Amino acid sequence: MRISLARRPTRPVCACEATVETRRRRVDLRGVALPIVAVALWWALSASHVVKSGLLVSPVDVLRTAYEQAGSGALVRALLASLAREACGFAIGATAGFLLGGALGLSRIAARIVGPSFDTFKQISLFAWIPLISVWFGLGDAAKVVFLSLAALLPVAAHTCDGIHAVPRKYVELANALRYSRLQLIRYVLLPAALPSIFTGLYLALIHSWLATLGAEYLLVAGSGIGNLLIDGSEQFRMDIVLFGIVVVGVTGWALNALARRVERTVLSRLHIANQ
Amino acid sequence: MSAVEPEGLDILHVSKRYGAGDSALVVLDDVSLHVRPGEFVSVLGASGCGKSTLLRLIAGLDAGYSGAIMMGGERVCDTSLERGIVFQDHRLFPWLTAEQNILAALRNAPLSAREKHDVVAEHIALVGLAGFERAYPHQLSGGMAQRVAIARGLVNRPRVLLLDEPFGALDALTRGRLQNELLRIWERERITMILVTHDVDEAIYLGDRVVTMAPRPGRIRRIVDIALPRPRERTDPRFARLRDAILSDFSDATTPLASNPLPVPPADSSGQWRMAW
Repeated sequence: MRISLARRPTRPVCACEATVETRRRRVDLRGVALPIVAVALWWALSASHVVKSGLLVSPVDVLRTAYEQAGSGALVRALLASLAREACGFAIGATAGFLLGGALGLSRIAARIVGPSFDTFKQISLFAWIPLISVWFGLGDAAKVVFLSLAALLPVAAHTCDGIHAVPRKYVELANALRYSRLQLIRYVLLPAALPSIFTGLYLALIHSWLATLGAEYLLVAGSGIGNLLIDGSEQFRMDIVLFGIVVVGVTGWALNALARRVERTVLSRLHIANQ
Repeated sequence: MSAVEPEGLDILHVSKRYGAGDSALVVLDDVSLHVRPGEFVSVLGASGCGKSTLLRLIAGLDAGYSGAIMMGGERVCDTSLERGIVFQDHRLFPWLTAEQNILAALRNAPLSAREKHDVVAEHIALVGLAGFERAYPHQLSGGMAQRVAIARGLVNRPRVLLLDEPFGALDALTRGRLQNELLRIWERERITMILVTHDVDEAIYLGDRVVTMAPRPGRIRRIVDIALPRPRERTDPRFARLRDAILSDFSDATTPLASNPLPVPPADSSGQWRMAW
C-alpha cells in the first residue's frame, strides 16, 4: 500500500475493497445513523396505527420474538444448522476450486481441455442447477452442501487461475535463472505471488456460499436452518419472525465478511504481501 | 588472472532472429567476442541494438540462437548457476526479506543450511547491507535493493556475473557509489563480469574493454581497450578522449542526416534511432 506501483508487481486485487479497508481502521459511527433512522420511522409508523394490518409488526414485537427464539434455542439450532452447512460447502467448494484453478493456471493442457467448459460453466446461474441437484441429491443436507460447494468453487477457481496467470513473467524468468524446478517454481514463486488473488477468491467464496445457504434453504425445503425459519414465518404470516430472520442473516453475513477480511489481512501482512 | 578457469567465455558468430522468412527481425547478426577470465567487459549501445538480448543468450534464458556461446567447453543452451545475472529492475521477491531473497538463490546449491546461512551473511556484508538482513524490498531504497540483487547474483559464486543495465534506474549519486562498490567486489572476487549499459561514462569507468554495438541488425561496431589505471578519474583527459572517440562512433550514424542537404526519405531507418543517454 505504501509503495509506488512501479516497484511492485501488479496484482489482480479489487482495489475498491482495499481502499475501504484502510479507511476502516477507526470505527465510524456515521454508518449506524441510517439503520437508527429507519428503525425510528418504522417504530413511529407502527405506533401511530396509520397502517392497520397484521403484516406491519412493531419493532417491539420483533424484539420479543428475538428474545423468544434466542431463549428457546430455536435460533441457535437454526443458525448452527445453516453455518455447519455453510462451512462444509465452503470447505469442499474452496478446496475443489483451488485445485481446479491451480490446474487451469499451471497447466496449459488443462487450460486447453477444461478451460472452455469452465468458462461456459461460469455463465450458468447457480440456481439453474437446483432442479438437477434436487433430483440427484434430494432436498436434504447433501443437496444443499453440493449447491453451496458450487457457489464457493467458482470464485476460488477463477481467482486462483487468474492470480497464477497474472504472476509477472520476470519472476518466472528469475526462477529459471536460479535453476528452480517446476515444483520449486510453483511453491516458492507462483503461489506466493498469486496469494492475494487466491484470498480474494476465498473471500468471495465465503460470501457467495453464505448467500447460497439461504437460497438452498428456500429452494430445497427440508431440514432446519435460518432460511427455513424465514419460510416458516412467512407461511404463518408471522412478520416478526421474518424480520428477525432477516436481521440474523444480515448480521451473520456481516460477521463472516469481517472475519474473512481479518484473516486475509493478517495472513497477507504476516507474509508481507501487501494487498495494494 | 586465475589458472582455474582458463577458457573464459567465447561468443562465436551468434545471430538471433525473431520470426522466420523475409519478415524475420534480425536482432543480433554474427556477433563474436572472446571474454577473458576475470575480465570486466562493458557492452555499450543505444536501445534496440540487441545488447540485452546478447546478455540473455549468455545467461541461457533464451536458447533459440544460431552460432555458439561456449563456456567451459560447452555450448550455452540453458541457465546455469555458473552464470549469475542482475537485472535492471532488482527483481526481488516482495514477500521475502533481503536475506531470504539471497537465500532463494541457494535453493539448489549443494550446501547445508548452516553453510547457506554463512554464505548469505558473507554476501550481505560484501554488498554493505549488514543490518538490513530482515528488511523487505519495499523498505529498501532502489540502490539498496540493487545491492541485494547483486549479492543474489554472486551468492552461488558464479564464474561470470551478467549485469543488465543494473544501475539504469538509479539516481546519479547512487549510481556512482554502486559503480565503485561493483569494482571493489570485482577486484575482490576476481570473477568475469559482463555489463550491458547505455551510459558511455559507466562503460569506460568500469570496463577493461568497451564493446560498442550498432543496431538493426544488432552487431559489434568496435571493441575499445580501456588501458587506464584504476581507480579511474572521469575528469582525466585520457578518459575524456576515450569518451569522445566512442561517442563519435555513435554520432557517425546521424551526421549524414545533419550535413545532408537532400531531404531524408522517411523510410530510412538510420534516421529513426536516437541516442538513449
